[in-house]
Amino acid sequence: MVAPTAVPRGAATTMSEPLIEGIAGRNRRTMQQFLNVALNGLSQGAIYAAFALALVLIWRSTRIINFAQGSMGMFTTYIALALIESGRSYWVGFAVALLAGLLLGALVERLVIRRVEGGPELNAVIVTLGLFVALQALAAILFGATYRSFPAPFGLHGFDVGGVNIALTPFNLFAIGAVVVVMLALVALFRFTDVGLRMRASAFNQEVSRLLGVPVGRMLTLGWALAAMVGSLSGLLIAGGSLVFPAYMDAVIVYGFVAAVLGGLDSPVGAVVGGLVMGMTLSVVSGYLGSELVALAALAILVTVLLVRPRGLFSRTAVRQV
Amino acid sequence: MVSLVAGVRRRLPASTLGRNLLLVLAALVVVVLLLELTDPFRNSQLATMSYYAIAAAGLTVLTGLNGQISLGHGALMAVGAYAMGLLLNTGVVPFPLAMLAAAAVTAVVGVVVGAAAARLHGPYLAGATLALAIGVPGLAIHFDGVFGGEQGLQISSPRPPDWFADVIYFLFANEAGSAKYFAYIGWLTLLAVLLLLSNLVASRYGRVWRAIRDDEVAAELAGVPLGRLRVLAFVVSAACAGLAGAVLGIVVRLAAPSGFTIVLSLSLLTAVVVGGLGSLGGALLGSALLVFLPPAVTGLGMQAGLTGVQAAQLAPLAYGVVLVTVMLLAPGGAMGIARALWHARPRRRFAQQPANTHRMDEEPSTTDATEPGGRT
Repeated sequence: MVAPTAVPRGAATTMSEPLIEGIAGRNRRTMQQFLNVALNGLSQGAIYAAFALALVLIWRSTRIINFAQGSMGMFTTYIALALIESGRSYWVGFAVALLAGLLLGALVERLVIRRVEGGPELNAVIVTLGLFVALQALAAILFGATYRSFPAPFGLHGFDVGGVNIALTPFNLFAIGAVVVVMLALVALFRFTDVGLRMRASAFNQEVSRLLGVPVGRMLTLGWALAAMVGSLSGLLIAGGSLVFPAYMDAVIVYGFVAAVLGGLDSPVGAVVGGLVMGMTLSVVSGYLGSELVALAALAILVTVLLVRPRGLFSRTAVRQV
Repeated sequence: MVSLVAGVRRRLPASTLGRNLLLVLAALVVVVLLLELTDPFRNSQLATMSYYAIAAAGLTVLTGLNGQISLGHGALMAVGAYAMGLLLNTGVVPFPLAMLAAAAVTAVVGVVVGAAAARLHGPYLAGATLALAIGVPGLAIHFDGVFGGEQGLQISSPRPPDWFADVIYFLFANEAGSAKYFAYIGWLTLLAVLLLLSNLVASRYGRVWRAIRDDEVAAELAGVPLGRLRVLAFVVSAACAGLAGAVLGIVVRLAAPSGFTIVLSLSLLTAVVVGGLGSLGGALLGSALLVFLPPAVTGLGMQAGLTGVQAAQLAPLAYGVVLVTVMLLAPGGAMGIARALWHARPRRRFAQQPANTHRMDEEPSTTDATEPGGRT
């Protein structure tokens, strides 16, 4: 008579242990998921920050949003891929892609953009959109329109911290590090060199700079070249360890643009902060709601920013009409 | 020649509506002849052209006359096509009603987008509508229970009724397949849209839209409610895009996210830029380019030894190159060039010209490269 009561009691205790463990495990998993979402957001955000910074550099000097920047970065990434697949090392491809970005930016400014600079703003927008489509189609013709995997120079397996595998890979660290190095280099260029000073002067006031003997045209070309190089870097970092196809940068243009607007479009610091915020937010949306809604979330953020604080979070210039 | 033109001009109806109605009736005759003299393949190409032209006509009014750029018209066409599909698949809504409803639904979306867009200009508006174009297809995937996900939504298009086949046979002794039926639906819709838009453009609203485009401050000082009229322009344009999406739904019988990529929006932009921003005739010309250029360049590419996949990319390449070239060399587009030639010929009709014909001259000045635009 004792046994029947004892058995359920015993069964109850053995039943509750996995139950408690289950709840604790779920909590741990929730924490772990959140940590992974945050880490993923950080590394994506660093790349968006680089892209947004490139947009801001061009906006500051020429008051043009370069909608072709994603396509330009995509194109140079394909050049790197072609080199790597022909047997060269990753780093040769990396360096050549950055140089190609530099060259492509200079060419685009000199041959196309120069002729719409200072004209009606719609014309410049349409020209960059034309470059966007043309480069994308050209890449599909030259390199193929299929998905191709792009190698990464470092491991793509997350670090183990206390026996838990987290979503931070050696390649993520490399990406964040590369973006930080590029940003510091740009700060040093603009702060401490004569060329940087001339570039800032041309962006600030073309007429006065010209009177003071600054070769404004050459500075604008250099500005576009540098920005395109930063854009190429973000293209390479997004591609690393994942798949590339001619349209893989399309969504990044939107995220980078929203990040730049979030930061005020005029402020390099704002672009970086905006990029990180976008990375985090979109990672949360992607992790908890679904990756297909990420672009819509970016649109929602953009509309909110433009309606609530059109000059962005960090713009120091007077209120501009958006 | 000149006196002939002047003579024709004098005999035209004095009212804008009368002139436009006459033009549309003439166009209707041309369209019927065109559809009856060509084979089913050309018929289906013309059906495709009709929905491109409907969307492009709406876009050219928005961008050319009101100065608002939109890269989101592909997404708005998606709204129209999905609405059309959902309504037709119920099996009880007749298709003309479904088309109107699809246009209305898209117009409502246009109110929302337009309200946000009215505060933006230039690159900001381009970026926001680009986000719309890239974001909206995601909705179809997220709510795949309703919209069919990646596979898309099959649309049960209307079948050509017996009286249609009878009429076509009676008048032209031609067979009437569904390609021809869809082409008629598309072109009748297009002509109706063109009639409405050309009247709107010549009306008070068109004038005020141009005033806003050319000088916001002056327009506002003259008492124009900027925001409301900008939203109105967007709504009109969105309704056209929705109608275009509805026709697309009928013709293609499928609404899928892959059909409404950013390339669609940029193709529409190419059509209106090439034709000449702000010109309805230009929009028609540009949409003909969208339909007849791809097979031509793809054929050339195949002859040059490209694979089919590569050759298919020549059309977007051409769009991009054409966009850049037109903006650099002839920002007025084809209609701009035609207008420049028209005005370059010796003028003798000056004295006898009725006062209202000079409205032809005040077309887009946003696209003139000479306009001082050095905002800092």
